[in-house]
Amino acid sequence: MPADHVHPVNFDPTDTGHDPHDHDHDHQGGHRRRAVRIGIGGPVGSGKTALTAALCRALGDEIDLAVVTNDIYTTEDADFLRKAGVLAPERVEAVRTGCCPHTAIRDDITANLDAVELLEHRFPGLELVIVESGGDNLTAVFSRGLVDRQVFVVDVAGGDKVPRKGGPGVTTADLLVINKTDLAPLVGADLGVMAADAHRVRGGLPVVAQSLVATPDAPEVAAWVRAQLRTLATVR
Amino acid sequence: MDAAPMDATALLLADSRFPGGGHAHSGGLEEAAARGLVTDEPSLASFLLGRLRTAGALAAAFAAAATGGGDLGALDAEFDARTPSPAQRAASRAQGGGVARAARRAWPSARLDALLAAQPRPHHPVIVGLLVRDPRDAARVVAYLAVTGPASAAVRLLGLDPLGVNAVLARLAGEVDAVAADAARHARTAPEDLPAPGSPALDLLAEAHDRHHREEVRLFAS
Repeated sequence: MPADHVHPVNFDPTDTGHDPHDHDHDHQGGHRRRAVRIGIGGPVGSGKTALTAALCRALGDEIDLAVVTNDIYTTEDADFLRKAGVLAPERVEAVRTGCCPHTAIRDDITANLDAVELLEHRFPGLELVIVESGGDNLTAVFSRGLVDRQVFVVDVAGGDKVPRKGGPGVTTADLLVINKTDLAPLVGADLGVMAADAHRVRGGLPVVAQSLVATPDAPEVAAWVRAQLRTLATVR
Repeated sequence: MDAAPMDATALLLADSRFPGGGHAHSGGLEEAAARGLVTDEPSLASFLLGRLRTAGALAAAFAAAATGGGDLGALDAEFDARTPSPAQRAASRAQGGGVARAARRAWPSARLDALLAAQPRPHHPVIVGLLVRDPRDAARVVAYLAVTGPASAAVRLLGLDPLGVNAVLARLAGEVDAVAADAARHARTAPEDLPAPGSPALDLLAEAHDRHHREEVRLFAS
């Protein structure tokens, strides 16, 4: 069956009424122009904040952008970004997640939506909001109600078996970043194994291996972000 | 007692899985825990009972009143007047705004539109009352959440046994029902005549929590 034409299934045998081909289900509200939202998730210490800072440096001059941070120690990440000088302080909003970083990006996205909308209100021309998750485990993914695209960051020092373990973050994120490749020889990690496992479990979705020591502005990820903005701008 | 079961809308609004932003609020519990005022099941039970009889009873009366079809804007303003702590007012509006966001998708109505046009972030009990038909159900939802929210925060912050905390909540069930039954009497009470139970300790904890956000780490929004 072609992937672009899936017949709807009706699970209710008592249903005699509606036509399953009736697609009057768009409750998304109006097509208000809003900023593109890209989520960055991944385990604790994998380099999400460093990647966010790198993207701000790389894209800040060409794209009107802002950041929402979700670290359990929220002010920590926000302060890092502010002190790094990569983004004006009023472009960083910190969300408190009540000890549940995955809940705040997946099951109950209210606080994050509030933060994103606050930034959109503050900067009417905003083109991109990066939503950085708090560090979590391999099962944490962003809700599609919160972000348009998501990046999952793992690091070489976290073990070269991580891509093989999979989990929704590794397998389904729109981009997987294997971070800190410069540490591979120091921790005995096999980059070839990591890349091969990542490609195998992701079924063709892109993977970037990078070291922010070697390339502080994350050029490959920045290029991917630019491409997403172009694609999403034409969709809207 | 009312034999009719709660309607499913009320159950959705009371569910901890309801995506209205409630999970990030501890109702003062985080600050109380940080100060060593709540450390175990007995001190948690005492905290929750106090919260139920003050903040919970206030919310319950306003939720019941909001089911009555009266002036919701006036109710919202009267709730402000009974909530001296700015941090608590902000927390209530944050959670009311979360319910509003969900309600626009789940329970659209002209009455909802009218409230949100006047006040995009209504107080939590006011919008719960708008969405739930029966006064006692509406009161029960907010009275229940007044204790279950902090109880969940205690499990997360103090590592208390979830089965033990659940037993604490179960022992409070009769009191939750009693608060709801009492609040249901106010379905037709004029906003300015609604009761004003208050808890200075909770007010102070909310303000201290807000200050600590700026000085050190706090994990909950309130």
